[in-house]
Amino acid sequence: MSDLRDLYQEVIFDHNRHPRNFGALPEANRHADGFNPLCGDRLTLHLRVEGGVIQEARFEGAGCAISTASASLMTEALKGKTEAEAAILFEGFHHMVMGEPVSVDLGKLAVLAGVSEFPARVKCATLAWHTLNAALKNESNPVSTE
Amino acid sequence: MFDVQRMRAQFPILAREVHGRPLVYLDNAATTQKPRAVIDAERHYYEFQNANIHRGVHALSQEATDAFEAARDKVKNFLKAPHREEIIFTRGATEAINLVAHSWGRTNLKAGDEILVSEMEHHANIVPWQLLCEATGAVLKVIPIDERGALVPGAFESLLGPRTKLVGITQVSNALGTVNPVADIIRKAHQAGALVLVDGAQAVAHLSVDVKALDCDFYVFSGHKLYGPTGIGVLYGKREHLEKMPPYQGGGDMIAQVTFKKTTYNELPYKFEAGTPHIAGVVGLGAAIDFILSVGLETIAAHEDTLLAQATRLASAFEGLQVIGTAPGKASILSFVMKGVHPHDIGTILDSEGVAIRTGHHCAMPVMDHYHLPATARASFALYNTPDEVDALFRALRRVEELFLK
Repeated sequence: MSDLRDLYQEVIFDHNRHPRNFGALPEANRHADGFNPLCGDRLTLHLRVEGGVIQEARFEGAGCAISTASASLMTEALKGKTEAEAAILFEGFHHMVMGEPVSVDLGKLAVLAGVSEFPARVKCATLAWHTLNAALKNESNPVSTE
Repeated sequence: MFDVQRMRAQFPILAREVHGRPLVYLDNAATTQKPRAVIDAERHYYEFQNANIHRGVHALSQEATDAFEAARDKVKNFLKAPHREEIIFTRGATEAINLVAHSWGRTNLKAGDEILVSEMEHHANIVPWQLLCEATGAVLKVIPIDERGALVPGAFESLLGPRTKLVGITQVSNALGTVNPVADIIRKAHQAGALVLVDGAQAVAHLSVDVKALDCDFYVFSGHKLYGPTGIGVLYGKREHLEKMPPYQGGGDMIAQVTFKKTTYNELPYKFEAGTPHIAGVVGLGAAIDFILSVGLETIAAHEDTLLAQATRLASAFEGLQVIGTAPGKASILSFVMKGVHPHDIGTILDSEGVAIRTGHHCAMPVMDHYHLPATARASFALYNTPDEVDALFRALRRVEELFLK
């Protein structure tokens, strides 16, 4: 097993203790709920999308350090991105946590690369992103990692 | 005199390392490890006796049939069931409950009838009844639990009524460790004219079971939580009920005669055992029962109680750690949460120290809802665990604290 510190980097602890963009977003026009039935993690994602650009992203919910930090980092990364750019980021992020080659610059999201060494935790890292996908499609049913 | 090291030597897997550290296996409520005797029994079956049962006239088929039916007698004696034909082999406790819900339930329930289950049930003792209710219009009612994780006193009695047809109750809660007063529940249910199914999945490895003394109508358990193989379980049912119940599945072995006009069914227990069963699993289960009885359930329970008491003591001295499930007389399970750390993170960090525990909802989401928790961490003890391993658990929890809270 790789070092635990590869998984639990300081940035992740920081985002877990102090999640960014945490809370409701009354002016949001897209929402989705995500649920990981294996561990009980739940999150709700709120987006304000205008002209195809994500102006604001906030989230609520309770989860483990990996899922909370992932959601926090994702909301930071999304701000100002077009829906198409967000989809490219998701694809790159997914490749990274699966341990596959990544062709896009993931910026700060790269701190979650250690997840690929912990297969049982991949779903924690991707829950927020699956929820994003649902929010952009405005799906009303909660998405599940299963 | 119980010698835990001598016990450990019988479980080959306990010698392995995980992430470069000795394995500390504390996920026994999910599944127990297998002693050499069980592994050897399955191996012996495949290497010397493998054949299909109840059919062939050749020597191997007869030997396989004998081994299979001998295991049924072992289960009968283990549960103290009056008759061997009351022992039905299933894939596990889950399938056994589904069998009863489907076969007994769809024949005997109608709209407005009531089924009682407790709030601490495993999903396996909830969902089959929900499916039955959907199909028949019967109503599922829930006996609530209190803050300790015990049944609310008096709640069962007030829910029990003339419309109650069946009570489904776990003997030991897998999420909390609570031991339920099933004998009392069965007596009262019978006075009200209801049948009782006892989910013994978590109980059989810890408590001595006597279905005749309990007078339960159905009792179910899984082999793999009893140091036996996965994929095999048992339904005990009173003969008077099983005889009246229609088959659950159709196929070979469960028939007496088949024509396209009419098929007649085999006698008990074969009526409920369609198709070639998990013969090796049944043989392995028989070996597991021999093993358990050779150690003695009282000895096992006393050993586990010592470990649980040690763990509970260490937990109460651990600031920020809260035990979930504090009913008196618990069996072998320490469920807990840690302030500021999600159970899933606890599980990963403990794993890196070689300590295997379960984290999540333990297939008991209503229990989690009761405590307003998404999940708990759960350490569960078996006959081969040691006081040193309990110490290792708490050393690993200090490491969690160090990483997360310092």
